[in-house]
Amino acid sequence: MKGFYSLLYKEVVRFWKVGFQTVLSPLLSTMLYLLIFSHVLGDHVEAFPGVSYVSFLIPGLAMMALLQNAFANSSSSLIQSKITGNIIFLLLSPVSYPEIFLAYVLASTIRGVLVGCGIFLITLWAVDIPLRFPLWALVFALLGSFILGATGIVAGIWAEKFDQLASFQNFIIVPLTFLSGVFYSIHSLPPFWQKVSHLNPFFYLIDGFRYGFFGVSDISPYFSLLVVSICLAAVSLFTLGLLKSGYKLRN
Amino acid sequence: MNPAIAIHQASKQFGSLKAVDCVDLEIAQGEFFALLGPNGAGKTTLINLLSGLSRPDSGRLAIMGFDVSREYRKARRSVGVVPQELVFDPFFTVREVLEVQSGYFGISGNAAWIDEILARLDLSSKADTNMRALSGGMKRRVLVAQALVHKPPVIILDEPTAGVDVELRQALWEFIRSLNASGHTIVLTTHYLEEAEALCNRIAMLKAGKIVALDTTSNLLKSCKLRHVKLQIFPDRLPDALLPGLIGRESGYHVLNLDEFSDLESILETLRESGARITDMVLPHPDLEAVFVEIMRTQ
Ligand SMILES: Nc1ncnc2c1ncn2[C@@H]1O[C@H](COP(=O)(O)OP(=O)(O)OP(=O)(O)O)[C@@H](O)[C@H]1O
Ligand SMILES: [Mg+2]
Repeated sequence: MKGFYSLLYKEVVRFWKVGFQTVLSPLLSTMLYLLIFSHVLGDHVEAFPGVSYVSFLIPGLAMMALLQNAFANSSSSLIQSKITGNIIFLLLSPVSYPEIFLAYVLASTIRGVLVGCGIFLITLWAVDIPLRFPLWALVFALLGSFILGATGIVAGIWAEKFDQLASFQNFIIVPLTFLSGVFYSIHSLPPFWQKVSHLNPFFYLIDGFRYGFFGVSDISPYFSLLVVSICLAAVSLFTLGLLKSGYKLRN
Repeated sequence: MNPAIAIHQASKQFGSLKAVDCVDLEIAQGEFFALLGPNGAGKTTLINLLSGLSRPDSGRLAIMGFDVSREYRKARRSVGVVPQELVFDPFFTVREVLEVQSGYFGISGNAAWIDEILARLDLSSKADTNMRALSGGMKRRVLVAQALVHKPPVIILDEPTAGVDVELRQALWEFIRSLNASGHTIVLTTHYLEEAEALCNRIAMLKAGKIVALDTTSNLLKSCKLRHVKLQIFPDRLPDALLPGLIGRESGYHVLNLDEFSDLESILETLRESGARITDMVLPHPDLEAVFVEIMRTQ
């Protein structure tokens, strides 16, 4: 277990030492989204009955930032270690692949949750958001971090150059998060696009997370929990298999 | 007693290139062993197979009796590897790097040993310096330190003295020698053959992925057929009878081939008969470099 703690510690220190870029800068960009969207759409949209658009938007934006940062943490750490070559210090050590998996995922979770909480802290004074079922919110925040932290491991192992990782992020992670209902309730979409949204795992993460705040959601939080848990299990098994096989790391 | 390293029929191919080709090698505990070979011979690849950085296509490898894939945790705890490439983690200081590395090996409270390694490698004053701010030679010393944090019984050094200044090179070898004296098995690669000759009890030479020579250092030195004698004579004219054996001229010396040491007698006799006087004579010892060149040429 000591090996796991050391790797976790190293991973947390790594992003914390460049906290300006890994924590403050996502906070800033999320605030910009919030200002712009709430200004443009604030008066026209009411996503849930009795919930102002700004209040609706904040949990979605917080979750989006959390997911993107969880992904960014494990993926960028891995690709940096691969490109600079210092990944070998881990590969030479007896740290087992489940420990490697857990350490990267937990470090990603810590960064994701830190950014997510930061967004609530900043908006706390301006907007009044209820927190009806904190446990639901917490569960979805954690599951989302785990899934994206693990996906980040896969991307970091697969990518050989920074631009490949950027493609993964720009063509998969960002569209999936944007189209998951962060900025709107999917009930406002035409039926066809509602169906398409249901294929997006991020939709369940954000919908379930929002349920924790408003007690209202597009679909049942239990169903979301089921979908998200299955996703996590699938991604985790795949990632563990990849780590065990030594794919692109040990050859 | 288990051998420190046991390699059985190990092969590793990159595309069509056989980087390691059916290598069999056993290194006993306590040896000071050199793995020599020209660039691209497969030394680093073989080391990577041992350390688990790379997986063999076929064959078995074990460290201290632990199979490197089935018992990888025990095998990796038993070995410390100083990699050839100068890699480092730019986020951390020297001490942080060594603490994290100790943690990977399950060791906490390693400060006393870390301080000792730092002192022996003349890094104490840099302990709290960020890795980025170190010179190349200092980074290499940190690599050595990282390989030693868990006091591994087997230490593999892949060109540890490349780019390291003379003073430190001596200090480093003194340190490694003392580790060897206290029972650690040492395996090193180097292109400075005089280092290998002075330090190692046994040597394997690799060429194109195959072991082409494997013997004790003294046997290898004895095996060298390339012997010659350097003569300075007066008058400075070699008798015709000796011209077939002339290899060349070297700053006033005639360099003559010796197939056997006994050839020397007839050379001296020919010179005496021709009335030439010997003003200087050098009989160079065959060194490892000569042996190496000879083996690489003939194999
Ligand atoms: N990852 C790789 N992909 C393709 N070819 C490789 C790879 N690693 C090594 N090789 C090839 O395998 C051969 C052996 O390389 P290796 O690094 O083991 O040589 P070496 O004996 O350590 O040489 P040097 O003295 O230059 O360090 C070389 O021809 C090299 O080009
Ligand atoms: Mg090499």
